Order: sequence, then structure tokens, then C-alpha cells
Amino acid sequence: MVTNTGPEATEPMLDVRGLTIRYGGSVALCDVTLEVKANEIFGIIGPANAGKTSFLRALNRMSDFVQGMEVKGSVRLAGRDIASVRNVYALRRSIGVVFPLPVGLPLSIYDNVALAPRMRGVKARAQLDEIVERCLRRAALWDEVKDRLRNLGSLLSGGQQQRLTIARALSQDPELLLLDEFSIAIDPVTTMRIEEVLKELRHEMTIVLVTNLVQQARRLADRTAFFLGSRCIEVANTEELFTGTVKDQRTRDYVEGRYG
Amino acid sequence: MRRAAAAAEFDRRDASWWMDRIAQGCVFAGGISAIVFIVGILAFIATQGMEFAANRLSWTEFFGSIAWRPNGHPPQYGALALIAGTASITAVAMALVVPLSLGAAIYIGEFARGKTREWLKILIELLAAIPSVVWGVIGLNVMGPLMTDVFGVPSGLNLLNAGIILGLMAAPIMTTIAEDALKAVPDTYREAAEALGATKWQVVLRVVLPHARPGLSAAGLLGVGRAVGETIAVLMASGHAITVPESLFDSVRSLTATIASELGETAHGDDHYQALFVLGMLLFAITFAINLTADSIVRGIRRKKA
Amino acid sequence: MSAPASSFRATDRELASLGRQRLVRSFLLFMTAMLVLPVLGILAVLIWQGGPGLSLEFFLDDPKKNMTAGGIFPALVGTVWLTAVALLLAFPLGVAAAIYLSEYAKDSLLTRTINVAIVNLAGVPSIVHALFGVGAFVHFMQFGQSILAASCTLAVMTLPVIIVAARESLQAVPQPFREACWSLGATRWQTIWRVVLPNSGSGILTGVILCISRAVGETAPIMFTGAVLYVPFTPEGVLDQTMALSLHLYNISTAVSNVPPGLPFSVALTLIGVVLLMNATAIAFRMRLRGRKKW
Repeated sequence: MVTNTGPEATEPMLDVRGLTIRYGGSVALCDVTLEVKANEIFGIIGPANAGKTSFLRALNRMSDFVQGMEVKGSVRLAGRDIASVRNVYALRRSIGVVFPLPVGLPLSIYDNVALAPRMRGVKARAQLDEIVERCLRRAALWDEVKDRLRNLGSLLSGGQQQRLTIARALSQDPELLLLDEFSIAIDPVTTMRIEEVLKELRHEMTIVLVTNLVQQARRLADRTAFFLGSRCIEVANTEELFTGTVKDQRTRDYVEGRYG
Repeated sequence: MRRAAAAAEFDRRDASWWMDRIAQGCVFAGGISAIVFIVGILAFIATQGMEFAANRLSWTEFFGSIAWRPNGHPPQYGALALIAGTASITAVAMALVVPLSLGAAIYIGEFARGKTREWLKILIELLAAIPSVVWGVIGLNVMGPLMTDVFGVPSGLNLLNAGIILGLMAAPIMTTIAEDALKAVPDTYREAAEALGATKWQVVLRVVLPHARPGLSAAGLLGVGRAVGETIAVLMASGHAITVPESLFDSVRSLTATIASELGETAHGDDHYQALFVLGMLLFAITFAINLTADSIVRGIRRKKA
Repeated sequence: MSAPASSFRATDRELASLGRQRLVRSFLLFMTAMLVLPVLGILAVLIWQGGPGLSLEFFLDDPKKNMTAGGIFPALVGTVWLTAVALLLAFPLGVAAAIYLSEYAKDSLLTRTINVAIVNLAGVPSIVHALFGVGAFVHFMQFGQSILAASCTLAVMTLPVIIVAARESLQAVPQPFREACWSLGATRWQTIWRVVLPNSGSGILTGVILCISRAVGETAPIMFTGAVLYVPFTPEGVLDQTMALSLHLYNISTAVSNVPPGLPFSVALTLIGVVLLMNATAIAFRMRLRGRKKW
């Protein structure tokens, strides 16, 4: 897994420098600098309240719409400073997000997945059908819902909604896929299926995977960052992180399950 | 290849971007419309009556005389009797209905459960929905004759009649806001008192009511605001005598009723027309102050709760 | 053994306070009844006195013999005109305002000012609205006494009803739906249009119904702005004058002589029937809404 971090990508997919996030007075993330290479799976581990979710929210400029959220520092996506982007919606269209708590929109299952393509201007029924089926299959949900695509997506079970969210993110055909503790609401078998999907997807996109399961990062991520107390403590090749060559004792303690 | 295309896309403001901008503009215009209208009301009423108020109206007469004879020779514009009319009707209405509303709010909020509660709330809502003019008809054609029969007074259209009608009209808003105020008292307070062995009523009396007091006063204020501003029902039920009432069975006339009954007789822009706008300004000022106070109380409670 | 058992038995004092509690409870119920019984009483009186006068001809006939006989057809039509035009004006404005307040407004001075303005707009006496209508719409905008002027006045007056109802139902849509939609690259407007509005439509409709009910019942704001005692024809456009049900009721109760005693009650019954029907629909709507789960 860790071998595929070759130098063919001259420019990192994500280049984050000095990122600091505040909500009102309290600091959620402090001076984080890291790079994510194209087509890698980048894991972020760390205990609750370490700033992992805030980090993801800054990447697609959700901060624009969230009252009291302040972002400092620079984020470059494919060499482009996202703060200077004139059409933030186009930016977000190229970034897929999967939330920790599944949010099936109160639309039909079909419309949930077709929403992003429709907003992008896809109108042809056949094309939409094809996208919906492909994305639902990839998210390992198709077999369960193919007979009731007209039902409300928000009334699916938690695990199904989570896979619906993943299908929806895939329907954006994103360059960058942000997953925020996606496996919280899913059973282990489904989690494994989705992990397999993610391994395939890395050939098409770059994936940032925030996870509370240390072993999930180990299974999937090429490189992993460890966040603690609003700071990025260290970034390393995942295998190194788990085999003990860490720079910081706190990382070792967390990875070995002493806290968190 | 793909990345370059995307990067160019980020700066292209497409149709949906512009659509969003346009929608935002429209929605903002709607948002400030409430301000525009309230300022507009103030401005129009002030300017329509201003020329007369500034040049020919004697303020000592306006606030000091009970003679309102706009068609007299010379015309007299003493609004004291009208102010007294509004004040007395409001006072009677409040005296009758404030205790009832409070009682109803306590019953609905603290004692009633399930279906009973639902139904009582619906009935209160329907009470609020009865149009002003229907209340007027009730006052004029039902309560009036009833009053002459029961009390043997010369006119059934009097202070008491208007007070009862007005009280019932103001009751729903008072009950609703008062119930909200009771509901805003945290359950932990109630549970703490109940754990000490207090009965429900003791809890209400000693714990809930004292804590809900600001909200309850806001409810009362809003009721007063309603009563002061009510027009048609008062016009029909209060008689029509421009006097300072001495008993519950005197006929009276309110500020609102005066405007409603006389505006039709005036010519646009004459002194009488302008004088009615001055009355309107007075009404606006009173209700504005009342609503502002009540609203800031309610808002304060909400903030504390959050 | 006996000691703990006796401690659960009520003392005389406790029994007395329970008795008092029952008394208080009954008294409070009595007070509540004093408020809600008039609704039923009024309905009973109106049905008893006015019911016999209702018939199809009553609804479809013109008033006759100086409005002491005949029907209320032109007044009904006029009320429909006034209400429809008022709604046409107030609805887009009110929903726009609600969308602004719920979806765009930050907690700023402007937002607070708007909220204060809404509260006060709702609290302005109806006769002051009438004065505003006369000054602004009849004279300043030169609509004259017309349906347009009267409906504008009604629209300003009922605007807060729509705003408050719509805002509430928009805010009831959970925030995560919006964020999920935004993260798909939807603009604020696309989010509102495709996700927020479809899921608050019924709440907004409730607001509309309440707004109609309010507009139908109002008398003061229309009596100087466009509704008149009698016109022998039904309106053909917004610049015509018209009769209206509420004003008709006011007039036959106060201004017209020799009205048969049952007539005002029949008209009042019609009016209150329309209004209560509207409100009952709104209430039923709200209850069905509460019962249905969409997330």
C-alpha cells in the first residue's frame, strides 16, 4: 500500500500552510502545515476535538457559510489558493465530502444521488440513470435499494444513509474525497466493502480519510497525520507510524491505544 | 489534464452563480421590506398630519380639553375624552381578562394534559381568529340588548360592553404568551420543588410564577397593545359619546373609533383630516412603545434560556 | 415494619393540601372555560339567529331594497378580489423576507432591526394601517379608492403573519441538510430551492391560510381605501371599487336602517364560517405535518 507514493506528481494535490481555525474565541485548529499528494490516501487520526473535522471544513471553504468560523493560513488545491477562487461552488463541486453522521437529504434515493449531476447541468435521463446506478453500486448500496429508488433517502437506516452519502459524494466525480469518520454508523462488513472501494478509487482521486479507527488508517492510508489538541503533531508514512519510527512519543502512545 | 480544467472552472461564474446572486438580492429586498413599511407608516402618518399639528393645533387643547368638535364653529380638537375613552375601555378589558388569561395559561401550561390541552389551545386560537366586525355585531346585537335587560341601563352600548368584547379579543394573545413564559421556566426547578414534597399548585405559586414574571408582564403588555389598537368592535360596542366616563354603563368613544367614524367625512388634507392623522400618530406611538417593550422582554427571556 | 408504612400515609395536612389542589385545579379550569366558551357561544348564537337566513340564493343574489333584503353575492366576490390581490402582493414579499431571515441573515444589527420591525408591524392598530393606506396608496401613489389600494393596505398588514409562519417552517429544516447540500457544490439558492423550500412548503401554506383568514376578516383597513357601501356590479379590475363581506356586515349593522334582525347574523355567520374554515384547515395541516416523519 505504501509504495505508491512515487514522485510523478510534481505538485501536491493539497498544500496546507499555517492553517488556523477559530470559532468565535476558541481555537479549533492551530498552525497546521501539511501536504497531500495526488492519488494517495491520506489518513488523519487523533482523539476527539483534535480539530480533524474543522480541518476538512476549511478545505472546501464551508467556513464561508458557517457563522463565527474564522480561517487563517493558506490552502492550495492543485496549486490553486482556494481563498482566491471566484466561484466557490465550482470548487466544492470538485471536492466530495462524507460526513460522520449520515445525512440522507429528504429527497428520494435517486434524487439524492442525481442532485449533484443535475446541478452540474446533466439532464438526460439515461445519463442520470447510469450515474445513479454506478455510484450506488460503488457505495455497496445498489442491491439493497434498487427496487425502491423513489423512497425518501432520509428514511433509510443509518448505515444505508451513510453509503448513500458516499454514493452522493462519488456522483460529484470529485478530484478530492474527504471522508470524516465514515464508518461510525456502519457495520464491519459494510465498512470492509467500502474500504475496498476506496482502494480502487485512489486511482481516480485523492482521498483524505479522517478516522477514529487507528487500524482503518493502517489498512488504507499511504501516509497518516496525527492530530492532537488542535495541532498536527506529526505526518509520516503509515507503516513507519505503526512500526514505531515516530518522532513524537504522544503519537506512539495514541497508536498503541494508550489514550484516545 | 483534469486538474488544469478544474482549476479554470473555479473562476468561471456560471449561471447558477449569477442566479444565486440575483436570488440573494431579491430575498434581501424582501427582508428589509418590514423596515421599509414600518418607517413608511411612521413617515406617512407624520407628514399627513404635520402641517396642521405644527401650525394650527394647540397642544394644551389637544391634551387638556374634552371637547372634540371638529365640525364646530370654531372647531375644537380636544382629545382628552377620547384618550380617556381608550384608557377606560382598555382598563376594564384588562381588569376582566388578565386574571382569566393567567388562569387559563396556568391551566393549559401546567395542569392540562394530552387531548384536553390540544383542544383548549385550538379553541384559544379560534377565539383569536374571530373577526373584529363579528365581535362588533355580538356587542351591538347581543350584548347590548342583554345589558339593557339585565342592568336596566339606558344604553347597552357602553364601557362595560366594549370592555368585555375587547377583553375577549385580547385574551388569546395574552394566554399564548403567558403560557410560553410558563413553559420557559426550566423543568429542573419544578422537579426540585416537587422532590421537596410540594403539590403542583404550590410549585406553580412559589416557583413557576415568580420565575415567569417578566414573560407574564410582556403578555399583559401585548394584551394592552391589542386593546388600545382595536377599532371596529369598539366602534360598534362602546356607544359613541365623547365623554370621560363616570360609570361602567356610560357610553364612551376611543381614539381608534374616532378615526374610523370620522375619516369618511373629511376631505383630503383639510384640518379635520389632518387632526385624525395626529390621533393616528398618537396611537402609533403608544402601540409602538408597548410592543417594543414587550418584545425586548420576550427577547431577553429567550436569550437567557439559550 | 409499621414505621415506614405509616410514613407513606398522608397526614391530615397533606390531605388538606391535596383537596386544595383539586379546588385550585377546578377553579383554573373554570377560568379557562370562561375564555373558550364564548367562541362556542358566539357560534351558537350566530347559527341560531343567522342560520335560517342562509341559502344558495343568499350567497348568489345581489342585495335588494337598500340592502335590507336579498343576498351578499357582490360582497363575497369583492372579498375574494381583495384577499387574492393582497395575497398576491404579500406572499412573495413575505416568503422572501422569511428566506432572508432564516437562510441569509447573520446575527447583526440589521437582522435585529428587521425582527423589531416585524413585531411592531404586527402590533400597529388596524386603523393606523388604514391611515397609512389612505395616505400612501390612495393619495400618494394615486391608486384612488380601489381594490389595489385596499389590497396593498391589507398586504402590509398581513405581511408579518406570512413572514413569521414561513420563517418558522424554514428554520425547522435541520442545518445538516443545508451543509450536505452545500458540500455538493450547491449555491445557497440551489440549496433553498431544491432542499429547504420543498420541505417547508406545508408550513408556509399554513401561514398563507392564516394570512387569508386575517385579510378576510379585516374591516378598518379597507373601509377608506377601496371597499364601499354599495356598488351595483362586481369588480372587473384592480382599480374598481368593490363591496366586501366584512364592511357589508359593518354597514348593515350600523349605517343601514330597517334591517331585519336576522340579516346581520346571517352575514356574520358567513364571514366567521369562512374564517374558521380557514383556521381549521391551517390547524389540521399543522397536525398532519407533525404526524408525518420525513427525517
